[in-house]
Amino acid sequence: MKAYFSELFTGAWSLIVGMKVTLKALFSPVVTVQYPRQKIDVTPNYRGHIDLIKDPETGTHRCITCGSCMRDCPSDCIVVEGEKREGVKGKVLTLFTLDYTKCSHCGACVEVCPTDALDYCDDYEVAGSAREDFHYDLIKRVEERE
Amino acid sequence: METLNAFAPELIRMIIAVIGAAVLVFGNALVMGYMERKLAGHFQRRTGPMEVGFHGILQLIVDGIKLMAKQLVIPAKADKPLYMLAPIISFAPVFLPLLVIPFSDRIQGFDLDVALLFMLAIASVNVFAVLIGGWASNNKYSMFGAFRAVAQSIAYEIPMLLSLLAIVFMTNTFSLRGIMDAQNVWFIFLQPVAFLIYLVSMVAETNRAPFDLPEAESELTAGFHTEYSGMAFSLFMMAEYTNMFIASCIATVFFLGGTSGIPLPYFEYTGIIWFLLKAYMFMFFLVWIRWTFPRTRFDQLMNLCWKYLLPFSLVNLLITVVVVKL
Amino acid sequence: MNVDVFEDERQHHFVLNMGPQHPSTHGVLRVLLKMDGEYVLDPQPVLGYVHRCHERIGEFKPAKAFMPNVARMDYLGALIYNQGYAMLLERAAGIEVPRRAEYIRVITSELNRIQSHLLWYGAYLLDLGAFTPIMYTFDDREHILDALEDVCGSRLTYCYSRVGGVCKDIDDKFIERVRAFIERLRGRFPMYEELVNGNVIVQRRMQNVGEYTPELCARFGVTGPLLRSAGVEYDIRKAEPYSVYPEFDFEIPLAQKGDAWAAFNVRFREMEQSLRIIEQALDKLPDGEVMAPKVPRKLKLPQGDYNCSVEAPRGELSYYLVSDGSDIPYRIKVRTPSYSNLSVVPEVCKGMMIADVVTCMGALDLVIPEIDR
Repeated sequence: MKAYFSELFTGAWSLIVGMKVTLKALFSPVVTVQYPRQKIDVTPNYRGHIDLIKDPETGTHRCITCGSCMRDCPSDCIVVEGEKREGVKGKVLTLFTLDYTKCSHCGACVEVCPTDALDYCDDYEVAGSAREDFHYDLIKRVEERE
Repeated sequence: METLNAFAPELIRMIIAVIGAAVLVFGNALVMGYMERKLAGHFQRRTGPMEVGFHGILQLIVDGIKLMAKQLVIPAKADKPLYMLAPIISFAPVFLPLLVIPFSDRIQGFDLDVALLFMLAIASVNVFAVLIGGWASNNKYSMFGAFRAVAQSIAYEIPMLLSLLAIVFMTNTFSLRGIMDAQNVWFIFLQPVAFLIYLVSMVAETNRAPFDLPEAESELTAGFHTEYSGMAFSLFMMAEYTNMFIASCIATVFFLGGTSGIPLPYFEYTGIIWFLLKAYMFMFFLVWIRWTFPRTRFDQLMNLCWKYLLPFSLVNLLITVVVVKL
Repeated sequence: MNVDVFEDERQHHFVLNMGPQHPSTHGVLRVLLKMDGEYVLDPQPVLGYVHRCHERIGEFKPAKAFMPNVARMDYLGALIYNQGYAMLLERAAGIEVPRRAEYIRVITSELNRIQSHLLWYGAYLLDLGAFTPIMYTFDDREHILDALEDVCGSRLTYCYSRVGGVCKDIDDKFIERVRAFIERLRGRFPMYEELVNGNVIVQRRMQNVGEYTPELCARFGVTGPLLRSAGVEYDIRKAEPYSVYPEFDFEIPLAQKGDAWAAFNVRFREMEQSLRIIEQALDKLPDGEVMAPKVPRKLKLPQGDYNCSVEAPRGELSYYLVSDGSDIPYRIKVRTPSYSNLSVVPEVCKGMMIADVVTCMGALDLVIPEIDR
């Protein structure tokens, strides 16, 4: 009999305590960031898709067409091609494409590059309507970037 | 011709009252829908609707247009006449109790002598709608929702009636106007146990959380109204909001003295402001507990009714009767 | 899967399909429930809707290149899966990890564990019908995800551990953020206690739902917080210590009753213990390198089989690798905890009401992609 009443009162009291918590939350500021109108800064370490770095001294990329990134990529999404031109030591990069639909952001390509030619970009607003929108031509991107 | 002249003022009054009830139903759905979503947002520390209009005020209007424009998908093996009938049964009777509520001294559709019995009778019709809707959808989930809803509604009507009956014993009248006028001291102070019992039964009768098993979203994917879309769904929702409003109005009239409060100018017509303030306070309470507590299990719900509410309401009634007779 | 017609003469029994699309089966899990009114007679889980052949993929990729895949198996415990796989390869190849890298792995793994438990907490209460606590826990989770994004570069499917260490060092900003987060979460625990743990509705829903006895757990291979809620004190971090866990002082929460309420409490208290580990690790963080000096680019594993177990948020995670001497493994087998935890459902959930089935399955903390791999 006593348990009947004590259960009733402790139960009712726990409900009131819970309601107090939500009431306090009602008068607290919202934590939402209303995204298209307010934007948060992305940390520079965010792993977006990779890009060739534009070397400030030479004004172009640092890739030496060794192909290590292509070999190490677990998802086979990088294609690197080069050709030998006369008078130039080593190969010249002619094609560097990234198939972003297969990339798993593992970072193997960035870490294995011997000349540090690759880095992640912090572009997170990528949305496209066709698969081809995500086949990036990195040489063109590095030339168009200032 | 003479009889028509004799009846005309009453007829005009009833027509105005019905139009007023319709305005109240749709207006309440708009206000409550917006209030619920904004409050839900702020209880969860997010914003709620913000896009349409200033801070989302026009959101419900746009939602109404969307629901009207949606295609009514009828399941192939559903029982078509019953399927279409269920939302209508849910929505149509909801206008009637609004006609007898005394919103202020002069604003009342019809001062019925047995208003309380009338309102509770109409509230029971909702059980039909839930049962028919769940059955006719040809969906096991909906059927589950319907079974639970029937048992829940029937069970919780009893403590509701008994707690209100204690008040009726004190005032000797079933008419809402009479009960409102008889409150020199608000009955919440004279009958606190009845108030608490009524509060819990109100939540259960209107199928709101934590007793919203018929529409248990995460277990039964929306229960009895799973298969309804578009206008049919919105009829169910409007009926639910109006039921909440009616239950809040009963609580206001019975326990908080209806329109009593600091007298305003033209109080016969402006008493409605106090009334609506108190009624919406109860609606806020309903929204508050919906977003705080999880759902009870079905047998725990029934246990609460039979083992806790019913004995307390019977004992309360007994004590009231003894004290009144002395 | 064929379901034979299940009817008795009076046709009171029917089959309810808690289908692949359901708000409460966390992921694409289908449970066929043979029901008698409100009571479940025979629940049968049907698996395989998220099967992505990860173990087969491991058979034609070099062992080092399998690292992103392990994170996709359990997306909520990705750093722990990363750590386990890296430890496996290090054991196989005989590479030693610098101490700073081990400490960083422990810190990030424990943060991952807290994040997984917070999500479980909110989602479990969402199953029960409480819509607010999930918003509060996601708010707390954002702080962890922001801190980890700064270091690992991703928010959910991390690829942070490498063979021989971690790929990027942590800086002071990360340490500050984590310390601030520890303060914040400790301050939030009383709020969760008031809102949820002390709530009579929550307690009544979860108490006496399901019984996990040590004997049942041994039969099905249940590990993790479920096993600890049955009273068995088995946590791989203490029973078969790995990495630098022996250097930290933490407790293993236990409960005796073995129902959903006990599992709930055990997981809630585990969060506090993880906070303790992180604090001690931050205090004792040594300096040094974060990557072993000589890790071959083509990692050839000596012939033989290798095993490694770690404590994932859901239980014991084991990797088993059979190598034939080249750098591509012959077979990788991943023993995920949720698979064994799910297998108790047909026995434990017999005779329960359907609302209790939802409660019971929520207490198991299932992540379906790791069951199906």
